[in-house]
Amino acid sequence: MASAFEYAPAPESRSVVDIAPSYGLFVDGEFTEAADGKVFKTISPSTEEVLSEVARAGAEDVDRAVRAARKAFGTWSALPGAERAKYLFRIARIIQERSRELAVLETLDNGKPIRETRDADLPLVAAHFFYYAGWADKLEHAGFGAHPRPLGVAGQVIPWNFPLLMLAWKIAPALATGNTVVLKPAETTPLSALFFADVCRQAGLPRGVVNILPGYGDAGAALVAHPDVNKVAFTGSTAVGKEIARTVAGTRKKLTLELGGKGANIVFDDAPIDQAVEGIVNGIFFNQGQVCCAGSRLLVQESVEEELLDALRRRLSTLRLGDPLDKNTDIGAINSEEQLTRITRLVEQGEAEGAERWSPQCEIPSAGYWFAPTLFTKVTQAHTVARDEIFGPVLSVLTFRTPDEAVAKANNTPYGLSAGVWTEKGSRILAVAGKLRAGVIWSNTFNKFDPTSPFGGYKESGFGREGGRHGLEAYLDV
Amino acid sequence: MSDKTHKAHKAHKAGKAPKAAADIETRPAVTGDGTGPVAGSGPRVAVLKTYKLYVGGKFPRSESGRVYEVTDSEGNWLANAPRASRKDARDAVVAARKAFGGWSGATAYNRGQVLYRVAEMLEGRRDQFVREVADAEGLSGARAAGVVDATIDRWVWYAGWTDKIAQVTGGANPVAGPYFNLSSPEPTGVVAVLAPQESSFLGLVSVLAPVIATGNTAVVVASERAPLPALSLAEVLATSDVPGGVVNVLSGGTAEIAAPLAAHQDVNAIDLAGADERLAKELEVAAADNLKRVLRPQPVDYFATPGTDRMTAFLETKTVWHPTGSLGASGSSY
Amino acid sequence: MRSIANRRQRGEARCQTPRARPDRRDTAYVRRFRFPRPLPRLYSRYARRYARLVTMPTTAPTANALADVTASDSTLRRFLHGLPGVDAVGLEARAASLGTRSIKTTAKAYAIDLAISMVDLTTLEGADTPGKVRALGAKAVLPDPTDRTAPTTAAVCVYPDMVAVAKEAVAGSGVKVASVATAFPAGRAALGVKLADVRDAVAAGADEVDMVIDRGAFLAGRYLKVYDEIVAVKEVCGDARLKVIFETGELSTYDNIRRASWLGMLAGADFIKTSTGKVAVNATPANTLLMLEAVRDFRAQTGVQVGVKPAGGIRTSKDAIKFLVLVNETAGEDWLDNHWFRFGASSLLNDLLMQRQKLATGRYSGPDYVTVD
Repeated sequence: MASAFEYAPAPESRSVVDIAPSYGLFVDGEFTEAADGKVFKTISPSTEEVLSEVARAGAEDVDRAVRAARKAFGTWSALPGAERAKYLFRIARIIQERSRELAVLETLDNGKPIRETRDADLPLVAAHFFYYAGWADKLEHAGFGAHPRPLGVAGQVIPWNFPLLMLAWKIAPALATGNTVVLKPAETTPLSALFFADVCRQAGLPRGVVNILPGYGDAGAALVAHPDVNKVAFTGSTAVGKEIARTVAGTRKKLTLELGGKGANIVFDDAPIDQAVEGIVNGIFFNQGQVCCAGSRLLVQESVEEELLDALRRRLSTLRLGDPLDKNTDIGAINSEEQLTRITRLVEQGEAEGAERWSPQCEIPSAGYWFAPTLFTKVTQAHTVARDEIFGPVLSVLTFRTPDEAVAKANNTPYGLSAGVWTEKGSRILAVAGKLRAGVIWSNTFNKFDPTSPFGGYKESGFGREGGRHGLEAYLDV
Repeated sequence: MSDKTHKAHKAHKAGKAPKAAADIETRPAVTGDGTGPVAGSGPRVAVLKTYKLYVGGKFPRSESGRVYEVTDSEGNWLANAPRASRKDARDAVVAARKAFGGWSGATAYNRGQVLYRVAEMLEGRRDQFVREVADAEGLSGARAAGVVDATIDRWVWYAGWTDKIAQVTGGANPVAGPYFNLSSPEPTGVVAVLAPQESSFLGLVSVLAPVIATGNTAVVVASERAPLPALSLAEVLATSDVPGGVVNVLSGGTAEIAAPLAAHQDVNAIDLAGADERLAKELEVAAADNLKRVLRPQPVDYFATPGTDRMTAFLETKTVWHPTGSLGASGSSY
Repeated sequence: MRSIANRRQRGEARCQTPRARPDRRDTAYVRRFRFPRPLPRLYSRYARRYARLVTMPTTAPTANALADVTASDSTLRRFLHGLPGVDAVGLEARAASLGTRSIKTTAKAYAIDLAISMVDLTTLEGADTPGKVRALGAKAVLPDPTDRTAPTTAAVCVYPDMVAVAKEAVAGSGVKVASVATAFPAGRAALGVKLADVRDAVAAGADEVDMVIDRGAFLAGRYLKVYDEIVAVKEVCGDARLKVIFETGELSTYDNIRRASWLGMLAGADFIKTSTGKVAVNATPANTLLMLEAVRDFRAQTGVQVGVKPAGGIRTSKDAIKFLVLVNETAGEDWLDNHWFRFGASSLLNDLLMQRQKLATGRYSGPDYVTVD
């Protein structure tokens, strides 16, 4: 039965963004075709419509881009910090000005709801450039010595879950510290990076300082392996991260990795229950759960399990899945068929292993890649859904009896990126946070990001930090 | 105000006869679309600006009704500036205190955005400030332009500090016990700023921007001899997103205005950059009454990139202790 | 994906006796409020905590636990302080996030008419006269003289001495007359005076009574005094529905607002209401969201449905629609009805009417095209 208060469609206008039928690589300030002329199509995962055809970088293009970046490095790194700062401030401002356009573009190419690109991704992107702009002329105050020096050419490979935000996390600190950049966006989401190239042109950024190479894993591998790259920064899966670590072994390349996670969201019996429910929902359904720091494991104290699950199921029933451009959509499309297949396989495995699966009743659009919000209860540490990163809207619920047990279970994973702690007791928050082996601990909140706040993992979630003063270190010769 | 207008006034003030009638106004009148002179019309008389104080986001004249003559470095009349009184100082402190909650409570990111906006506005008025600085300090156009460029970059520099100073000056303290212990900087409150007397614009911004970047609000006493760039800066602040009362600008006799500010019980700190040695000592004595934070005058090369000292001078450090407890393995009540 | 779990038919909710009232002849009623049926299977932590503290040792919670809550000042205090805490940042973020819902076209038309039908059109001034109240009544009955399809408001809300005039003004229309009472807005009077105030209003024909709680007693932790007063007022109300005003702006913390909500519902409130409209902070999305959570949880535990009335500070259609979104996505559609949700407002009505005209004609309306009453 339809609700009495049925929200009419409220689609964001697509006309604010003008997507060209084809895009080139952005090398040395120019858009060019790939050396071997290869192209690939990028589609909208919510409709499977082809958005554009994009040049596909190969090893030869990587070499050309690295050479351009090397050439630009001399003058760029020699610029006074205050001048570099002003370029970055310009970029930040142009992103603010064009944020609606970029938000719609990102939603089209990625499938995530416009509510998120508009209210989270784009504001954070602009803020990140703004923040690191301010560091460019203050590096001597950052605690890395009196005259910290840039590394050179940074090779950066980013994922598809936050295409423009991950670009900002990579490019802003690299440029602020005086490095030049060759960046490879993910093959399913190349467009916002190419629009960013246009932002760089509007900002008058010198040619070669930023080079964008859309392409597949082979281009990423070539970039990482290129002998004239001084710094490698990667965000993506742990498997690829390990491969990259092997590749750069024995070189002088500086490496930072931001990889997978299996974040535990720990709810104690004295938690602010309504806010905890919101935090759990935000923790696992933000961006369809395709978030490395997602709170994909809910650890709930047994004494409140039933009550919390009841509230959680009720809340999940109000989530709105559908057209990502609709301003009222909470859950958008899964980014790709490949990812949907992976989620489906893991969820089926979870069921087969005996976990109890539940989803709210929910209409799935006929075209595109979709997965209903899913709750697994009766999950144990041994279940695959409690161990493997699913990277989808799937929450595994486990229980605990004591804080010791909660911490032991939370830490019982090769990952260590994020965790949440929900309790009204301050000393318990700090005690638990102190024991958790994870790079970011949110207490009584979840999935909060800020350019001033360092982000990164323990253990197999990678190393290095992005954001804050700490984020400068990855790009400085220290 | 055009250069020619200046000359006309200079001539007038000096009691000299204008060199030639044509010299008074040689700027040709333009047609409505700006393409050329209007046939048959004479030269245009420029509109002069009335300089006013800036208090609580408004532009009042001095409560006292007094003005004083501001001249260029050669003694030629530039404008009449308000001569602020004790009561204007009092009003400015009230306005600054009122604005403190909102400004210090704004996110550091927001303050950074607002201050950067000021730099954008300054850039748009660059030519005006070049003229004013050239007149005020007797500089050539090129040198004045260098001063203005450095001043705008100084704003940008401090705009970038708003959300970084805490990570540079604060941090976790490893106390020997089961406590979380964190120190963070907080703005001290209302700061009276006596702007440098010589460097009317770069010096002014170099002492004002660090005060407000960290969340303080300011009552600025402009350079006594050269207050016009400061009064024009107020117009820029008013048209940026800086909330009214965050910066208040007074012109007049530095000693006259500074005395009530130094003694004011609702002022938390004072920057004595614009006071001479004798006045600085008097003010520091007065400031001791409520233990204001005092930044003494010192020789400064305003062209050099500053350190963080002008920010930290007006920051308090707050340290928070909180027990961390243990998980309960040893019988804790958890 | 819409609310599917726990759905109750709206009609069903209303057809059921909204609240089984205890026998008023039972003198123990004041202290021994009993719930009409056993608590649901999902017995909540609130009662469990309370049970730990004040009832006999028990392995399973019993249906009677809540009944003992009001046995003494200390048991009531322990119960209220055992309610889950509210994280202010999280609550406000949730309210703000629901505020970004985009309500367009048909949904907007539905929401505007629903909002109009939920308005308690209010005048509570020292300067009120019979003329003013008659005008208000006429407006409530016929909000838009140019468009008779506009719904009537839910009620007019006046001081007790204006009830008779208001009653006459809305006679036969279905519009209810609500009266503030109990020494509104401060509530600083002896209980006898407050009860006399209520009796006057009811005798004059008030269908609904909007009482204020004793905030002083509440803030001093004398919860039972507040509770007893509500119970006493409820008794004097007779068939009039009782709205209990907390003055959330004076209670100050969200934890207090949650406690006051439960206190009011335990004492028999038919509605819980944010504010008098006479202090600096009145209805906000966050405090209303919190109260909606309270009525939702209270029904889940007791089967008793209680209404919510945000009042004061809601002036635009946009604001009103945000509140309806809060209702829809928190308490659920069972509350999307003027029997269970009201807006205490005056200027809101004209903005709703102007938006209604805009939807009908496609052009923006102006203040000259709605009546000033």
